[in-house]
Amino acid sequence: MISLWKIFSVFAKIGAFTIGGGIPMIAAIKSELVERKWLNDEDFIDIITLAQTAPGLFAVNISILTGHRLRGTKGSVVATIGSCLPPFLIILLVAMFFTSFKDNEYVIKAFKGIRPVVVALIGVPMIDMLRATKMNWWKWIVVISSMILVCFLSVSPIYILICVIVMAVFISWHNNKKIREKKI
Amino acid sequence: MSIYIELFLTFFIIGMFTIGGGYAMLSLIQNEVVTVHGWLTDTAFTDIVAISQMTPGPIGINSATYVGYEVLARAGASEFMSILGSFTATFAVVLPSFIIVLLLCKVYERWKDHHIFKGVLNGLKPATLGLIGTAAISLATPENFIDWKSYVICIVAFIALYLKKIGPFAIIGLGALAGLLIY
Repeated sequence: MISLWKIFSVFAKIGAFTIGGGIPMIAAIKSELVERKWLNDEDFIDIITLAQTAPGLFAVNISILTGHRLRGTKGSVVATIGSCLPPFLIILLVAMFFTSFKDNEYVIKAFKGIRPVVVALIGVPMIDMLRATKMNWWKWIVVISSMILVCFLSVSPIYILICVIVMAVFISWHNNKKIREKKI
Repeated sequence: MSIYIELFLTFFIIGMFTIGGGYAMLSLIQNEVVTVHGWLTDTAFTDIVAISQMTPGPIGINSATYVGYEVLARAGASEFMSILGSFTATFAVVLPSFIIVLLLCKVYERWKDHHIFKGVLNGLKPATLGLIGTAAISLATPENFIDWKSYVICIVAFIALYLKKIGPFAIIGLGALAGLLIY
């Protein structure tokens, strides 16, 4: 069994070293959790999907879901504290002592290099996940149309998620009915 | 005391209605903290967002922590009371999704083999991938890609990550180093 301390320290590492928010964290979470064999590729995609759909912050949701998978409710609590504590402490330090650090010349230069890297940090896990998902024609349509709707037509992601849920409920209900009718 | 209750309730509601991650949360925080409560000015809030993006961790957590601290500090509270403010805001913003996602875990474990639940999850997977792709595209702005060197950095990072030559933590450090050396 994986110890609670281990769960805490892995999520604390993820929380302390990922810049640019929740989605760029996917790469770090994947390298820590999947390569550690805590999750397999399929579990990982399930967790990412649930974390994205549920309300709240993506990174926090991932911590709750993974913690729960590993050690139940206790695991969720520990993983969430782990991923929130380092950013909390860092922000407190900044708020108390370094309010001017964002105007520092070296910090500005470093960020000019980090920002393009963040795009790669999101793109690469996305490609990995596309390859791990059994894609077919309708899945490609969903991927591409949701990108076009959000990126170019500024549709809120909430509507896309609601639409997909409603359609999926109807389609799986319909398919199941057909299967049952055939059996009779 | 009443300010802590107000802070707690405000961030609890923000946490409950955030769908789509940190950037969606920022506009809710701005609306509540600047427009509704008048705790911070627009400029102060913009600074907080900039710092939240530059420090490690989820942007929603960073900005909640910072706003909680600043609201108390600007009201003339002591250092300790301000830290308590940042704790209140952070705790409150995490709590609703913690409860909801924990329930979701139970639902997932109980129903994951049911055909309708499976169907919904199957439909949401490609939508999630699309939304993640959107996040990558929306960051490819002229502000983030200031010249051709930015594209080189992005492509090199992409290839190195894709071929698993380098881990995600190291690539952020190397990006920072590249920025210091080039610019």
